[in-house]
Amino acid sequence: MQDQTELRRKALKALEKKAAYGDDFELKNYQVTSEHMSNYDSLEEIDDETKQTLLNVGVIPSGKERSGTLIMTDNSISHSSLSEDSVELTSTRKARDKYKWFDDYFWKLVPVDKDKYTAKSYLENADGYFIRAPANTKTSMPVQTCLMLGSKNISQTVHNIVIVEENAQLDIITGCATKKGVEKAIHLGISEMYIKKGATLNFTMIHNWSEQIDVRPRTVVHVEEGGTFINNYISLKPVKSIQTYPTVKLEGKGAFARLNTVAVAHPGSELDLGSKVLFNSPETKAELISRTITTGGKVIARGEMIGNAINSKGHLECHGLVLNDEGVQRAIPILEANVQDIELSHEAAVGKIAKEQVEYLMARGLTEEQAVGMIIRGFLDVGIKGLPPELEADINDTIKKIGESSI
Amino acid sequence: MLELENLSIEVGGKQILTNINLSVESGYTNVLFGPNGAGKSALLMSIMGFSGYKITNGKIYFKGEDITDLPLNERAERGLGIMGQRPPNMVGVKLKDLLEITAEECIDLDELVEELNMSSFLERDINVGFSGGEIKRSELLQLAAQAPSFYLLDEPESGVDLVNISQIGMMINKLLHGDIKCAGRRRKEGNSGLVITHTGQILDYIEADKGYILCNGQIMCSGNPRDLLNEIKTKGYQECVTCKIRQS
Repeated sequence: MQDQTELRRKALKALEKKAAYGDDFELKNYQVTSEHMSNYDSLEEIDDETKQTLLNVGVIPSGKERSGTLIMTDNSISHSSLSEDSVELTSTRKARDKYKWFDDYFWKLVPVDKDKYTAKSYLENADGYFIRAPANTKTSMPVQTCLMLGSKNISQTVHNIVIVEENAQLDIITGCATKKGVEKAIHLGISEMYIKKGATLNFTMIHNWSEQIDVRPRTVVHVEEGGTFINNYISLKPVKSIQTYPTVKLEGKGAFARLNTVAVAHPGSELDLGSKVLFNSPETKAELISRTITTGGKVIARGEMIGNAINSKGHLECHGLVLNDEGVQRAIPILEANVQDIELSHEAAVGKIAKEQVEYLMARGLTEEQAVGMIIRGFLDVGIKGLPPELEADINDTIKKIGESSI
Repeated sequence: MLELENLSIEVGGKQILTNINLSVESGYTNVLFGPNGAGKSALLMSIMGFSGYKITNGKIYFKGEDITDLPLNERAERGLGIMGQRPPNMVGVKLKDLLEITAEECIDLDELVEELNMSSFLERDINVGFSGGEIKRSELLQLAAQAPSFYLLDEPESGVDLVNISQIGMMINKLLHGDIKCAGRRRKEGNSGLVITHTGQILDYIEADKGYILCNGQIMCSGNPRDLLNEIKTKGYQECVTCKIRQS
C-alpha cells in the first residue's frame, strides 16, 4: 500500500513548482467547478452541437464501431458505457474503490511532485478514465474517450490509467475538445499506461481545443517484455499552448514503441511537443516521428532517446514545415547512449515546402494550391487508421485551408 | 505548334542558352542532340516553365500563343507535358492519388498501369526508392494519363536496361504516333514532341522528323535526325563546333 500521506506531502510541497518547459500559469486563477453539469445517461441525449464537437476529435457520438465510450466534461464523468465485455472501462475513482490492487498503478509512473500541474491533479483527486484489457483478450473495436472543456475559466484535471494485461490487444481513441463559447481554460492531464508482457496498445489522441486553451498533459508509459506501444498524437486546430513530453519506458526484452506526432501551429499557438524513450532492456526498439507545420505559431519538437541496454535500436525523425514568415520551428533531437552496443539515429529538417516538389505537380496540371495541399496532406499522413470519415473530412478541410493560406 | 524565338536562358546568374530558335510543327517529333552540359535539359525545363530557368530574352509560343510568362500548370492545361530526367522524391504523395487527379477522363488508367507494369507502385510515394527504369515508367505513366498534345521528353532511355527500354520506347511511340483516344484535345495528325537524346537509342522506336544539335548553349545545326546522328557518331560533337565556326 502506497503511503498517501507521503504523496500528499510531496504534492503540497510542489504546488508552486514551475514546469521545466512552457509558460507558467497561476492555477488559483482558474475555477474547478462546472457552470452546469453535463450528464448523459445515454449517448442519444447528447445535443447536436456537442455531437459535432465529438466527431471532430474522432469520437463517434452513436458509440457504433466502438467497444466503449467515456466522456468527461470539466472535472466529472458525463457518460460511461460499454458495448463489449472483453474490455473494462470506468472512471478512475470508481476503479479505485473497486480494486484493492489499484494503488499499484496509481501515481507509480508520473511523480506527483514533477511540477505544479501534477501536484494540483493529485490534490484535486482528479478523475479520468480507467481502461483495462484483461489478459489474452482482443477488442474488435476501439474504446473511445473524450475529455471536454465545458465551462469558462475552468481548470480541468484528469487522471487516466490504462492497463493492457499480458498478451492483450487494445485500441483507444481519445478526443480532446472544447465546447463552443468556452474561451479561457486549462487542461491538466495525468496518464499512466501499463503494457504488460506481449501486449499491444494502439493509442490515438486527437486535439481540437480552441484559441485560448492551455494544455499540460503528463504521460508515462511502461512497456514490458515483447510489448508494443503505438501512439498517434494529432493536433491540427488552434490552441493557445500545449506543452507535453510523454515518456515511454521500455522495460522488457524486445519491447517496442512508435510515437507519431502530427501537429499544426496556427498564429498565436505555441506547441512544445516532445517524446522520450528510455531503452532500459536489451533488444528494445523505438521510432519517434514528428511532422509539424507552422502557419504562424511556434513549434518546439523535442525528441529524446536514451539507450541504457544493449542491442537496442532507435530512430528519431523530426520534420518541420514553415509556411509563414511569422512561424517558428525548433527541432531538438537528443540521443544518449550509455552502453556500447546500441544504435540510435536521428534526422531533422525544418524549412519551407520544396519548390521543385510544388512545380513537379504543377507540371502535371495541378494549380499551386492543389499542389501545396497534396504535399501537406502527404507530409501529415503517417498512416493512422480507423478515424471516422467525418474527422477525415475535417482534417482534409484543415489541410486545404493551410495550403491556401501558405500561398 | 511550338516555337522558340531568340530564347536566352540564365541559371543561377549564368547564361546557359543563347538565342535559341527552334520550332516543332504540329504532328512532328523533333530531336535534340548534344553533349553533356550543352543545356538540353535546361531548354526543356524552360519550355515547361520551371523556375530557376530565367528567360532573359526571347519568346516561347505554343499553338500560336505567347506562353513565355505562364505558370507551369497553365502550360500543362494548354497541352504541354514533360518527362523529366531527375524528378524530385515526393514523400507522402502516392502515385495513385496524383493519377486520380491528373488523368484525363478519356484515359483507361488500369490499362496504362498494366501496360507499364506499374500496379505495385500505385500505393508508393512517387519516385521514393524507385530505380532509374522505374522512374522512367512512372513518369511515362503520369504523362500518358495526363494526355498532353505536346511531349517534352528528357533522355527517356537514360539509365534504363534493355528490357525496359523497349517497353518505354514502344510506349512513347504509341503516345506520339498511336491511336488518338482523346478527341478534341489533339490534332488529326497526331501529337508532337521534342525529345532529348544523348545516345540516339530512342530513335530505334520512334519516327523523328527533324534533329537539332545543341552545343555550348547554342543550336549548331539542324537537319535529318538520322544523318545528324551518324555525323555525331563518326565525328563527335567537337566537329559541330568547328563546323559552326567555319560557317560563320
